[in-house]
Amino acid sequence: MKSQIELVCICCPMGCQMQLHVEGRAISEIEGNTCKIGLNYARQECIDPRRMLSTTVACKNGLWPRLPVKTAEAIPKAMMGEIARSLHFLAVTAPVEIGAVIVENICGTSINVVATRSMPKVKLEADNN
Amino acid sequence: MTVLQAHYDVVIVGGGPAGLAAAVGARDSGCGRILIVDREKEMGGILNQCIHSGFGLHNFKEELTGPEYADRFIRRVRSEPGIDILSESFILDISPDLRVTLMGSSIGLVEIRAGAVVLAMGARERARGAIRTPGYRPAGVMTAGLAQRMVNMEGLLPGKRIAILGSGDIGLIMARRLTLEGCEVTGVYEIMPYCNGLTRNVVQCLKDFDIPLHLSTTMAFIHGRDRVQKVTLAPVADDCQPQLAKAWDVDCDTILMSIGLIPENELSRQLRLQMDPITGGPRVSSTLETSLPGVFACGNVLHIHDLVDYVTEESMRAGAFAGELAQGRRRPQDNIELQAGDNVRYCVPHTLSPDREISVYLRCIRPQRDCILRLGNFLEKPLRLVIPSEMIHLTIKPEILQRFYGTTLRIDIVPREDA
Ligand SMILES: Cc1cc2nc3c(=O)[nH]c(=O)nc-3n(C[C@H](O)[C@H](O)[C@H](O)COP(=O)(O)OP(=O)(O)OC[C@H]3O[C@@H](n4cnc5c(N)ncnc54)[C@H](O)[C@@H]3O)c2cc1C
Ligand code: SF4
Repeated sequence: MKSQIELVCICCPMGCQMQLHVEGRAISEIEGNTCKIGLNYARQECIDPRRMLSTTVACKNGLWPRLPVKTAEAIPKAMMGEIARSLHFLAVTAPVEIGAVIVENICGTSINVVATRSMPKVKLEADNN
Repeated sequence: MTVLQAHYDVVIVGGGPAGLAAAVGARDSGCGRILIVDREKEMGGILNQCIHSGFGLHNFKEELTGPEYADRFIRRVRSEPGIDILSESFILDISPDLRVTLMGSSIGLVEIRAGAVVLAMGARERARGAIRTPGYRPAGVMTAGLAQRMVNMEGLLPGKRIAILGSGDIGLIMARRLTLEGCEVTGVYEIMPYCNGLTRNVVQCLKDFDIPLHLSTTMAFIHGRDRVQKVTLAPVADDCQPQLAKAWDVDCDTILMSIGLIPENELSRQLRLQMDPITGGPRVSSTLETSLPGVFACGNVLHIHDLVDYVTEESMRAGAFAGELAQGRRRPQDNIELQAGDNVRYCVPHTLSPDREISVYLRCIRPQRDCILRLGNFLEKPLRLVIPSEMIHLTIKPEILQRFYGTTLRIDIVPREDA
């Protein structure tokens, strides 16, 4: 089966409009790119689109109530929602160091979720009791 | 706790990426007493709330999130002896002889003397007042940056059904962020016929989540007495006036505005610095010194940057020049005025000197393909594409300016003849 996919290259501000001609599961032709970076992007987007996911998790006793985190590598695009949701009810406790692994092997991707900042502990009034 | 000294070589107002880099620059120039002051709880400025990745591609050759980028500089600044960091303190005033008045919870009201001052106060977002939207004034209308801070730092959601006005990058990034947090984003509405944000953000923040982008569309009316209930949207004609006959309503409880940034220049105006009405920041020489000798400016307070890497580059230089001056080393005065010409909205710095290599940042007025960036008759740089949202960087070698005997040089962006 032949089909055509429209794609905008995001690798530089040129934003080339590309057309991918697909036969079955193979790409037969790519048009519209200005350079090789666009070709690689188009192939990747077509075969295995991936995204970096950054979000936050709740943080107890920290300077701020939210700790920013990200996936250590790009995850399959289709799993963004699932992974974000799985982090909604997670809470960690300060102090946290930047780069610390917050969740291992998130949703079976074998990719870790890591902290993107250090969160110092702030002494709470309750601690004094 | 920081114990303040009575005299510093360089005092830096603001601890965002600009202030942090200025401290590093001042230190590298040989200064031993540097003070960074920020009104927030911690250093890092706006980066602390920008948790998405896309920072530092130029400087670190990897894609960092905002907090990660800030962390690298905060560590660097902390590890240097001779840099004092003061948070939760506000610079109230700077006198022409560089006495700095500051106030803070841990220090009270104090005055210190400075050899040089670097302004790095960053920018503020344009709010609803900057554009005229008819309708009520209910709760639930806020800037996209405020929502970003609420969601990413304070753990508060601004609402459940969100309409975003303006297609700036912060708005696009918040569309994705709020969707991932379980909110429904009804769409992004932009008055211009083109998107103001990066293509990358249109693809990864809107298309990936099927959020519609309505171009040539504006908000005609905001409904709701206590809380936003719905918004009337209308396509605009060529004169940017809403065509009410084609208007439609969208239910929402929150409206985010992403309509641009303005340099935070209360202090600069108080100092009566000469300002550039186009950039909204002070006029500066090639050493990034303002019209008040000893006062330098860099980062978003000078002109709005889209890439933090450029903020860092510019601010390191500002810090180094401030540091040199504090140590009694003065550069020769600039003798060439730099002027914005065809399709150039502004260029910074405003004057040049032939004694060293100079970095110039500029922005175009309208998108243009296959063009040439031309500096007088001395320098030509071919460019495939210029767009207003992407700053252009030009390095001018001293040899070029040494061949020039006039007083004014113009920068133009002109079509390429053979294109
Ligand atoms: C809401 C928002 C979101 C942004 N998102 C992105 C993004 O996603 N990607 C990107 O590349 N760029 C983004 N930017 C642009 C970003 O601001 C710049 O890249 C860079 O952070 C500017 O650095 P700066 O140090 O000049 O300003 P800032 O980071 O704003 O730092 C200025 C600091 O000065 C302090 N200050 C101001 N006045 C005083 C005073 N009188 N006394 C003491 N302290 C003071 C402030 O508290 C602040 O911490 C965003 C900007 C804003 C406003
Ligand atoms: S194909 Fe090349 S030139 Fe075109 S947008 Fe992609 S990276 Fe830029």
